[in-house]
Amino acid sequence: MDLLIDRWLHVMAGITWIGLLYYFNFIQVPSMGKIKEDGSATAITKFIAPKALLWFRWAALATWLTGAYYLERSGIGLANAFLLKGTAAYIGLGVWMGTIMLFNVWVLIWPNQKKVLGIVDASDEAKLKAGRIALLASRTNTMLSIPMLFFMIAGSTAHMSIMVSY
Amino acid sequence: MKNPLDSVIGTIIAGFVLTVVLFFFAKNFLGG
Repeated sequence: MDLLIDRWLHVMAGITWIGLLYYFNFIQVPSMGKIKEDGSATAITKFIAPKALLWFRWAALATWLTGAYYLERSGIGLANAFLLKGTAAYIGLGVWMGTIMLFNVWVLIWPNQKKVLGIVDASDEAKLKAGRIALLASRTNTMLSIPMLFFMIAGSTAHMSIMVSY
Repeated sequence: MKNPLDSVIGTIIAGFVLTVVLFFFAKNFLGG
């Protein structure tokens, strides 16, 4: 029962994380030029982005922790997944990409977004540099989310035969 | 060469290409 609840929480946290990632990449960032021209950037930078980033980074951590718990409790093993051992290899590829994505969120995106949004002090030059790093990390995560989701699904027993025999 | 991550569509295409590459890598070199 705890595994079922954990998996349910894992998927909900994952939807929150990746949903916000897609919001940033497909909607907010491409719209910022026009929003600035319109003079309404403050609504995004002061109110919407900080709240979205709050949900985004904690959902990322919750997704990873519930996923790691699932791997350990289900008998697959987190270490086996990271080492791409046997049948854990497919989910392991997803685990590697999810882990890189979590790293990007907490080490590259969030600290640099704090500079861009003015949550911490930074010069204009530092803000430009931070914006570029945050954008590339966020786009990397968007790119990785596509194979990550594929291997999360491929790693379930229902689809394992496709990966082995196709 | 332009960085594909500079555009949304380039990012999505790169994601699908990476999926195909990793799928064949996994199929041929992993598992069992």
